[in-house]
Amino acid sequence: MAGTMVIWNGYVFDPLNEIDGEVKDIFIKDGKIVEELTGSGLRDAKMIDAHGKTVMPGGVDSHSHIAGPKVNKGRMMCPEDRYKWVTKKTDLTHSGSGNTVPSVYIQGYDYAKMGYTTVFEAAIPPLEARHTHEEMRSTPILDMGGYLVLGNNWFIMRYLKEGDIEKAAAYAAWMMRTHKAYGIKCVNPAGVENWGWGKNVSSLDEPNIHFGITPREVIHGLAEINEMLGMPMSLHLHANNLGHPGCWETARDSLAVPADVKVENKMDVEWPETKIDPRRTQSVYLAHAQFSSFGGTSWRDFESGAKGIVDYVNKSDHIVIDNGAVPFGPATAMTGDGPAIHDLYMLTGNKWSNTDVELECGSGVLPFNYMKANPVHSVEWAMGLELLLLVNDPWKTIMTTDHPNGGPFTKYPQVITWLMSEKARDATFAECHKWAQDRSSLGGADREMTLYEIAILTRANPARTVGIAHRKGHLGAGADGDVTIYDFDPTKFDVNDYAKITLGFQNAAYTIKDGGVVAQNGEIVSVPNGRTFFSEPHMDDGVEKEMLKDVKEWFKYYTMGFANYPVPDKYIRNPAPVQVNKPLEAIVGR
Amino acid sequence: MSEVLLRPKGSIDIMVEAEVINPDIFAGKKTSEIEQMIVWQGAKQLPLSEFFDIEGNSGNIAADTKIIIEGDVPRIKHIGHGMKAGEIVIEGSTGMHVGSEMAGGSILVKGNAGSWAGMEMKGGTLHITGNAGDHVGCAYRGSWRGMTGGRIIIDGSAKSQLGGGMSGGEIHVGGSVENFAGIRMNNGLVVVKGDAVRGVGAEMTGGIFVVCGKIKQFSPGFEYANTEKGPKAGETALLGEFAKFTGDFAISRTPKGILYASKDANEEV
Repeated sequence: MAGTMVIWNGYVFDPLNEIDGEVKDIFIKDGKIVEELTGSGLRDAKMIDAHGKTVMPGGVDSHSHIAGPKVNKGRMMCPEDRYKWVTKKTDLTHSGSGNTVPSVYIQGYDYAKMGYTTVFEAAIPPLEARHTHEEMRSTPILDMGGYLVLGNNWFIMRYLKEGDIEKAAAYAAWMMRTHKAYGIKCVNPAGVENWGWGKNVSSLDEPNIHFGITPREVIHGLAEINEMLGMPMSLHLHANNLGHPGCWETARDSLAVPADVKVENKMDVEWPETKIDPRRTQSVYLAHAQFSSFGGTSWRDFESGAKGIVDYVNKSDHIVIDNGAVPFGPATAMTGDGPAIHDLYMLTGNKWSNTDVELECGSGVLPFNYMKANPVHSVEWAMGLELLLLVNDPWKTIMTTDHPNGGPFTKYPQVITWLMSEKARDATFAECHKWAQDRSSLGGADREMTLYEIAILTRANPARTVGIAHRKGHLGAGADGDVTIYDFDPTKFDVNDYAKITLGFQNAAYTIKDGGVVAQNGEIVSVPNGRTFFSEPHMDDGVEKEMLKDVKEWFKYYTMGFANYPVPDKYIRNPAPVQVNKPLEAIVGR
Repeated sequence: MSEVLLRPKGSIDIMVEAEVINPDIFAGKKTSEIEQMIVWQGAKQLPLSEFFDIEGNSGNIAADTKIIIEGDVPRIKHIGHGMKAGEIVIEGSTGMHVGSEMAGGSILVKGNAGSWAGMEMKGGTLHITGNAGDHVGCAYRGSWRGMTGGRIIIDGSAKSQLGGGMSGGEIHVGGSVENFAGIRMNNGLVVVKGDAVRGVGAEMTGGIFVVCGKIKQFSPGFEYANTEKGPKAGETALLGEFAKFTGDFAISRTPKGILYASKDANEEV
């Protein structure tokens, strides 16, 4: 957005620049943050008075299911999630409906009202990339990107089994460019392939059917590929055995697998001079850790296994986790982990859907309701908070609900409230099943997060972890002009008055995107189109040619033709590609 | 009790959504205000006076307000939707969703009702002297959380999926029902004086379902328990001999649903 803006006199929380509540003015010019404004730029600037308010970078969500066929399946199979949640159109905004899986328009508006400006779709099945891009393109306001699901991909599994890591990397690079995805996602590695035969894998070292590759080999291989290419984000892992009692051990062991992989970020971007290095330091990002932290051996002796994960994360420097909180109430389980959804169906008898994505992956959807009276659900609530409160270094954690798996993203303000206020947690303990208290260590946690820490968990760290901190998640010069102003005076902030925390985070006083106000006190005031981020990694041309020869030959196993496979450029409204591992010559030659 | 009279004006083409016809909303309003209340007809918003001549006075509170519709309104939907108290009398037939989600008070329909009568009802009484459509006291599309309380009486017959997902309250049908009555029921009581076609109590896990007439095609997941003479279903004493079944074993290993079928009318079971 052209023009200038001054956000003056607010209490600024900008963790990447180590600014913790200083009173500061923020200047924006032509959609970017600048050091200062002078002359007519300052004179004609739009002035926003942030006196007595909290100023943060625009929110960044690093793991949310808001675009693509499984999201849409969640919409279609749940009319009961829609007919009581309808939003009328206005002169500015589109109509829409839905609670746990809202229509695309409502997703954009609701994220913006909460102060979020950037959201990453957690799973793009390659064959369904077109559909995913169609929905991302139709989501207003938000800048978006998505992660390509490669953990059960036939080509990857075959190359890795043959030990041909170079070709595997060339394939991954080509796939990123072909499907316009931002990072590499791995869902129940080697296990979803077995699901095609009605089976799963039960340990990290069990070879799967036909390919004979183990989850351990897939995780390590993909992490290696990721760093060979120097991707913006580390490997994004949905661990094996997710959602089963005792699965925390599998998750911990999985996290150990890429510990020896050296982190290399080879993005061709201009890095800002922030106080804290904006480049990621992790070689693995464990998604929705709560669902991978189940303890016990059955549903009867079920307990939180969060401590096992937390201890491992505390002593390791190569991991970031997001929690996947459970804020109670309706949710929709949706994942690329088909067998996990089948198990959930066997447990609940709810309606469900399952899909095989040929040669690539799978997925499943099942509507779910988390109840305070339910012992297991109550422990899950506690676990989601334990995982954030017990990890000492906030730069290893990110807050999510794995929308809409733990609950809809519109419950983020509630989750933030629990993180900030022990009194709020106590109030929920009093309402929910006593297992929450007895079978987790949340009751012993007296940590109350500060606004600075919340800013790390909801913008600075998600941005750094997924490799977008060169323009998001901070307020230094050169960053995108995405700023959120919350109506909190940090000097008078009372964590015991916790209903106010929820309200304040629900409706930002101002959400500013690219230097223009998009939402104000819960009203959408402008609807710009977001951009789509994707990586364009490059490998040696020779290896790529060899690889493509294989791919074209193996393409006979697909029911679609090779020419129809890529996502055409017209699917992207505002493309924002990032060059990765670009040959030095090419960079110099430009 | 204060009475408000609504006299239908002529015929209606596109159906009208009139959830404003509700004692909770009428209470304490002047007739002129009631006339200006907005209803939807397709994409248009129109005042209630477009469709009715309105006379009389509402009470100060809903419990003191009686709404009388003097004639047939088969193309008006959602009458009494969500009402908590008071009374509605319809002197004729009405459209879909009469008494949907109602929580209290009473509605009397002196004629037929469309589909979704008493959908997800929580309390109160809904009496239909004629026939009803599909989905009486049922959960809405996609949900299995149906009627939780209250009483629905149908003197005539009803169509399919009556009492779907029901978890409380009572439904009494004087005539017959069609397919899948009591599907996914987990509590509450349904008594059908006439016959049922098929799928009675399919996937039920609790509650009591009584068929005094013939069940044309019996659901396969039920087990015979015993024969009872003049059993009592809730407060209702049943006349004659009934075969008692438990089910539906198709959905649960330990279902608590009870199905009574008249011995005389269903000799083969």
